[in-house]
Amino acid sequence: MAHSGPMTDWRKAKLPVFAFLAPATIIYTLFMIYPLIDSIRLSFYTTPSGGEMAFVGFDNYRTILGDPDWSATFWNSFWNNMKFFAVHMLVQNPIGIALAGILSLPQLRFRNTYRTMMIMPTMLSVVIVGFIWQLILSPVWGVGVDILDIFGLKSLFGPWLGKEGSALITLSFISVWQWVGIPLMLIYAALLAIPDDLVDAAIVDGATHFEVFLHIKLPLVLPTVAMVSILTFVGNFNAFDLIYAVKGALAGPNFSTDIMGTLFYRTFFGYQLQLGDPSLGATVASLMFLIILAGVLFYLFAVQRRLARYQL
Amino acid sequence: MSNKVFAKGLAAALAASVALVPLMASAGELVIESWRNDDIDIWNDQIIPAFNKEYPEIKVTFSPTPPTDYNALINAKFAGGTAGDLITCRPFDASLELYKQGNLAPLDDIAGMDNFSDVAKSAWQTDDGSVTFCLPMASVIHGFIYNKEAFEAAGVEVPKTRAEFYAALDKIKEEGSYIPMAMGTADQWEAATMGFQNIGPNYWKGEEGRKALIDGSQKFTDKPYVDTFAELASWASYLPDGYEAISYPDAQNLFSLGRAAVYPAGSWDISLFNSQAEFEFGAFPPPPAEGSDTCYISDHTDIALGLNAKSPNAAEAKVFLEWMTGSEFASLYSNALPGFFSLSNHKVEITDPVANEFVSWRQKCESTIRNSYQILSRGTPNLENELWNISAQVINGTVTPEEAGKAAESGLAKWYAPHQ
Repeated sequence: MAHSGPMTDWRKAKLPVFAFLAPATIIYTLFMIYPLIDSIRLSFYTTPSGGEMAFVGFDNYRTILGDPDWSATFWNSFWNNMKFFAVHMLVQNPIGIALAGILSLPQLRFRNTYRTMMIMPTMLSVVIVGFIWQLILSPVWGVGVDILDIFGLKSLFGPWLGKEGSALITLSFISVWQWVGIPLMLIYAALLAIPDDLVDAAIVDGATHFEVFLHIKLPLVLPTVAMVSILTFVGNFNAFDLIYAVKGALAGPNFSTDIMGTLFYRTFFGYQLQLGDPSLGATVASLMFLIILAGVLFYLFAVQRRLARYQL
Repeated sequence: MSNKVFAKGLAAALAASVALVPLMASAGELVIESWRNDDIDIWNDQIIPAFNKEYPEIKVTFSPTPPTDYNALINAKFAGGTAGDLITCRPFDASLELYKQGNLAPLDDIAGMDNFSDVAKSAWQTDDGSVTFCLPMASVIHGFIYNKEAFEAAGVEVPKTRAEFYAALDKIKEEGSYIPMAMGTADQWEAATMGFQNIGPNYWKGEEGRKALIDGSQKFTDKPYVDTFAELASWASYLPDGYEAISYPDAQNLFSLGRAAVYPAGSWDISLFNSQAEFEFGAFPPPPAEGSDTCYISDHTDIALGLNAKSPNAAEAKVFLEWMTGSEFASLYSNALPGFFSLSNHKVEITDPVANEFVSWRQKCESTIRNSYQILSRGTPNLENELWNISAQVINGTVTPEEAGKAAESGLAKWYAPHQ
């Protein structure tokens, strides 16, 4: 009767299981699921000036995706968001992986000091990060010019945050600088979980540290890398704060730094003389949700299932 | 930390947060919502004490937010039912919409409302002029503030015409010790507000052009507007290096540190420069073209105070509003905030010389308001926000003046019938 033991245990445990799940479920439903559904509901309504809220079906979606002005703004913010995400994937995550690999080298000294320093920017408020970098890169007061001058590269300096071509990339790099600590910590933790005997065996077989990293450690932390990627995706498509702190909700110059978060803010709350439109804002928010959902589903079905996992 | 100390700390923190949350204000305590976070000292040290001398039983709290967040915040606060009793009103549509939604109470029955001219009230009335929903407080005037030492160093006089203005800027640039003009385009609004709306009225003849835009008889592709953009584009060569990334506070600091000669100003900048600049500065109106006999200035009705229709303290709030119509408030406000000029008919002595210079232009020039504020910013795309973007791009050199005119016009034509 080997099976009956755990079965009875499970039945007995049922009540406590629900009791323990209840707080999280209730809070999650109240503060996440209900607002989400209600904001999707709001996107099917419109409120004419001074009038009553009226159901309009998919009209708001038709406006955002069909009206030439709105759709140009929407797709502009979408592609800017893709670029923002691409920079994070191509710069932040490889740097995070590389730093984690270096930190996990057995002979490294001052490991904890480095680790603390690298995670530090992540703990700063976005407003402070935006302010610091605006000062560093300021063409009037910035130390950026002076630092380049030391290397004789002063001519390379430009008002990067103010140029249409470079503002978004510059902001992406600032965001990378701030958030690189997160992939670093997650991957570092995964690397620590790899048993030493695997590494030792490879070293005995004559592998260099780089080969060990490439052929043993990296495949083993690949599931973590995939998880970091999806967190980056969700985080980037929900981003708003840094752009708002540095460029304001009008995301200049000429909307070159406008991402979906700033578009949502402008639409929902309004900006300066433009009045907010909660229904259209909710429509933008719902579209953001759909885009993020599509990305996450793609990850779940196309990526996560194919990842090889090893029992260590 | 022991439990007792912790509990005490928690209690103190709670007490502090209760004291700070205006929501929790007791009955009879008025909360003023405002975007003028620069003015908090003036309200707390001068205006509110002066009011309390007469009405000691009414407590007033001035609770400002950052200017760019104000409109969004106030809408959200009204929606959530947490807005204060007295609401600082933006001119025209933003406040009109608040009135239409039933958030602002009509104020026609306030004694002393007749101390304000119809022009002053026009920014806070329904389109037919039948209801006034905010009490006009002040207007701001645009012009140029200049560093007197810089003008002496370059040997230039205060310019009277457009040609003299640019000759002076060229000379300052040549002399080289000062940046000719301190402004940036990073925040975008300076380009539109201190640029386009500052020099523009001389081209479109103030009210005449503003009304012609509203009735559709002039378009942004017409000469006056394209010429304004063209003059704006010429500013690029006088601005500091990297002006594309220079923000409004950067430009203010450049001027108040004495590194720039001319600053395209709103009169509200005077008080900051008074407290920070260590040199003498003066002001001149946007110089008109040679041979034109009239000059035009932007004398913009900017700020008013309304009453939250759902305020539990409406009676006390009306007492405050009535006090604001008096001459004491007019003189207190104009002098405490040099650069904000009372809109009331009371005769006010302004002691600040630069503010006095600004207000003196009302006598020799024709006044107008910013052309994007009345009616024209009612639709999407919003004309005011479009002008920010377009004006910044004109100075950045990414669009030509002709393209700028076309962009502004096509945005307007999308929703405004007289331009279709």
